Amino acid sequence: MAAEAKKSDFGGKAHVALNDPKLRANFRRAMDGLMAKRAIQFADPDEWKSLRARGAANRARALARLPELLEQLDARCTANGIQVHWAETTEEANAIVLGILMKAGAKRVIKGKSMVTEEMHLNAHLEAHGITAVESDLGEYIIQLAGEAPSHIVMPCIHKNKGEIAELFAEKIEGQVYTENVDELTAAARKALRGCFADADAGISGVNFAIAETGTLVLIENEGNGRLSTTLPPLHIAVTGIEKVLEKLDDVAPLLSLLPRSATGQPITTYVNMISSPRKPGEKDGPQAVHLVLLDSGRSRVYGDTELGDTLRCIRCAACMNHCPVYTRVGGHTYTFTYPGPIGKILTPQIEGLDCAGDQPHASTLCRACADVCPVEIPIPDILVRLRTEAVRPSATAGVKGGGSGRSAAETLGWAGWKTMYASPLVYGLATWAMGLVGNLMPDSLPMLKQWTSVRTKPKFAAKSLHQLAREKGFSDE
Amino acid sequence: MTDSPRPQRPHSVYFFGTCLIDLFYPDAGMAGMELLRREGLKVVFPQKQTCCGQPARNNGYQDEARAVARLQLDAFPGDWPIVVPSGSCAGMMKTHYPELFEGDPDHARAVAFSKRVFELTQFLVEVLDVRLVDRGEPVTITWHGSCHSQREMGVVDQPKALLRQLTNVTLVENPREAECCGFGGTFSVKQPEISAAMVTDKVASIEATGATQVVSGDCGCLMNIGGAIEKAAKRLRPRHIAEFLLERCHGR
Amino acid sequence: MSDAKSRILSRLRAAPARPLPERPDWSPPSYGDGRKDKFRKMLEASHADVHEVTRADWPSLLRRILADKGVSAMLYAPGTATGKQLAADWAGAAAPRLLPYDRGIEEMKSVLVHDAEAAVTTARGGIAQTGALVLWPDADEPRLMSLLPPIHVVLVEEDTITDSLAATMAAQGWAGGMPTNAILVSGPSKTADIEQTLAYGVHGPKELIVLVIGRE
Repeated sequence: MAAEAKKSDFGGKAHVALNDPKLRANFRRAMDGLMAKRAIQFADPDEWKSLRARGAANRARALARLPELLEQLDARCTANGIQVHWAETTEEANAIVLGILMKAGAKRVIKGKSMVTEEMHLNAHLEAHGITAVESDLGEYIIQLAGEAPSHIVMPCIHKNKGEIAELFAEKIEGQVYTENVDELTAAARKALRGCFADADAGISGVNFAIAETGTLVLIENEGNGRLSTTLPPLHIAVTGIEKVLEKLDDVAPLLSLLPRSATGQPITTYVNMISSPRKPGEKDGPQAVHLVLLDSGRSRVYGDTELGDTLRCIRCAACMNHCPVYTRVGGHTYTFTYPGPIGKILTPQIEGLDCAGDQPHASTLCRACADVCPVEIPIPDILVRLRTEAVRPSATAGVKGGGSGRSAAETLGWAGWKTMYASPLVYGLATWAMGLVGNLMPDSLPMLKQWTSVRTKPKFAAKSLHQLAREKGFSDE
Repeated sequence: MTDSPRPQRPHSVYFFGTCLIDLFYPDAGMAGMELLRREGLKVVFPQKQTCCGQPARNNGYQDEARAVARLQLDAFPGDWPIVVPSGSCAGMMKTHYPELFEGDPDHARAVAFSKRVFELTQFLVEVLDVRLVDRGEPVTITWHGSCHSQREMGVVDQPKALLRQLTNVTLVENPREAECCGFGGTFSVKQPEISAAMVTDKVASIEATGATQVVSGDCGCLMNIGGAIEKAAKRLRPRHIAEFLLERCHGR
Repeated sequence: MSDAKSRILSRLRAAPARPLPERPDWSPPSYGDGRKDKFRKMLEASHADVHEVTRADWPSLLRRILADKGVSAMLYAPGTATGKQLAADWAGAAAPRLLPYDRGIEEMKSVLVHDAEAAVTTARGGIAQTGALVLWPDADEPRLMSLLPPIHVVLVEEDTITDSLAATMAAQGWAGGMPTNAILVSGPSKTADIEQTLAYGVHGPKELIVLVIGRE
């Protein structure tokens, strides 16, 4: 697949994004709005603190018991009539989905929003086998029409403004005239997709939470396309990562309070859709068959390290990217892979390998805005540092893909020199003294200074260090 | 915001100057020590100190970071509070030393050390409860809170509380105060274009407040923001809070 | 066990044991006497149209509401008490034509997609915190009633409104057995995918009319 050949080029793609004023304005406006709405939702710090602690604990508990919960989920779903499939890789998952569709003779698929199927590049796989998959979430529909990938995990077409969408619709939807009226654009999508829902042979969706206790799949959304995709066609295939499981149904209540409020600043989404079985005898609608595909794709490897495994707590609310000063400026496509923003920076290198996306953990100032807002307390900045460490000195136990690939002789030597200087008061004293004498003679064109001085002046070495001044002014040494 | 119990007003404190201040902004360090001395404290500046180790830690060179951090553990042997005129270096020592020394024979020492660390404004407000008398001319300023000061040390209101004590100082809040300035240590050279975009936006947001001076508690941010201000020849003056307070209250 | 399953599980089991944290104390909000008002306020904030009704008068009120909207055909559940009351009340009156959902979707699809301009269902409960209606569709009141027609009318009894989802789950014993499909509905279908501008009725109902049956 194309995905395997991809390599992160954060700096190169950032260069393009940073020089696109329209894109930057679109992201800035959108992220400002999302941050403001979230802040209103969590105005009471005590409520936020206790709710978040509970949400984080519920996710941590689920991960602590992950293998047994997955088995319980499988057993409960099976007992409920949901057919469960396990896939180690995205290729396997694609093959499973294709197999189910082919067996049912399905040719037309309607899709609810699912980041995991983006991760699988499922649509391309189905197209290649003669099956049409139409995205029905408005944002996903827009980017499918445009032939693009999502740039945000909750608002996939956030990089486009209404003028661009108006042009796209006028070009791609039959009979559609150019309009920037959002209600009219929305109505055009409704009209275009109604027939796709009615004619679909199958619906494919993601899952927000899978409840082991009851064998229930919980999906949240605002548009109703998720409910339509999982209710109207005779066949429903839900695809999810193995980490989405929760122990108990009760565990979902605090998480459902955290997720939409963190994501879009809504108290709750318009719909919370809880599916526990296919259509039962006597029921008049709902799919006759429901399948659940559990995808690993590197997650069990991430799970192998307790600290890195916290990555798997993620509930995909996108608050980290909404609050990320880097994401806000470069947008989601800069991240190359499916998951952008801070969560992507810790997830992608672990799934795809540090040799493939090793630049991503370094594309952060470690400002901790993400950690501050994460509703399940994922220590994203600390995991970023851990991945930076794994890239140069892989730990024996973690087994991070591509560990050690970031080593370079020059950098190793540089840090050894740094240590020599800063771990010895004597060397340090000499070095600072020398810097005070000659440091300011360094030309702006030196490698690191050149980047620094693109928008800043060179820092000026002081004639006397603080050490020296403290001595001179009589500050005691002990 | 610290979890450790608030210490009694000590008779002596240690001052950790930070490597950036040592090399580039020693006046900010001297001002910090002077403020503490004028509160009647004995201020001890161990000459053995160098750097908190954050640059290596953040870049994944934990062994190197630990070696340098260990020197700091040695350099501050007494049990006095360690006051740091930087939220970032304080954050490194307070929140990351314990994990940096996990499984190391010096772990207990690192934990004890971390509990003694205070950011300067935090110490002035929470421990010393200082009262400032403003002797300066009227001026309009804005505050830049460093990321680690805010989000590792929990220092958000303390510096602004100090600035608000100054009767002739008008503090204008920057709506983007909490947003990162784009420094991020090696980030500024590893992703120079993103860093440049961030600091350009930061300077614009500071300018939009109408302030003539931007005060901060972290010299990393000030080097970045100040450098960008100077390069763009803006009429704005970057100040470290220690220097600003000393100048306002003690005419220096 | 499939090979994939056994390999995934064995990798997970090979991971070092993680601590199992306790669930820290957390209580969802409670509203006391203000519960119904909160429920109403939250629903209205989500663009729903809320009316307080009595068990006897709601069919005639609904008739007037739908007449104002020019609705000519409404889907209903003929097998439920609600459906029977409605059919009896509207019989002979100038009211929208009642379309019974009485066969499988395979036969009903055209009626649901093209003919029904509205549908009326009952709710199993309401949630004040978020202004949500709890729907448990069943054989008599199928899932698509609340989804395909452009106007969704929901009857909810005031007594079934709780403070929070957690309270509803506990009161109704959800963990003991879930239906094929349980749904929480807070307002009409909406989207903000285009420039974060709210637009209603993108795929599901464009209007949500909530009739709260008061205590008697």
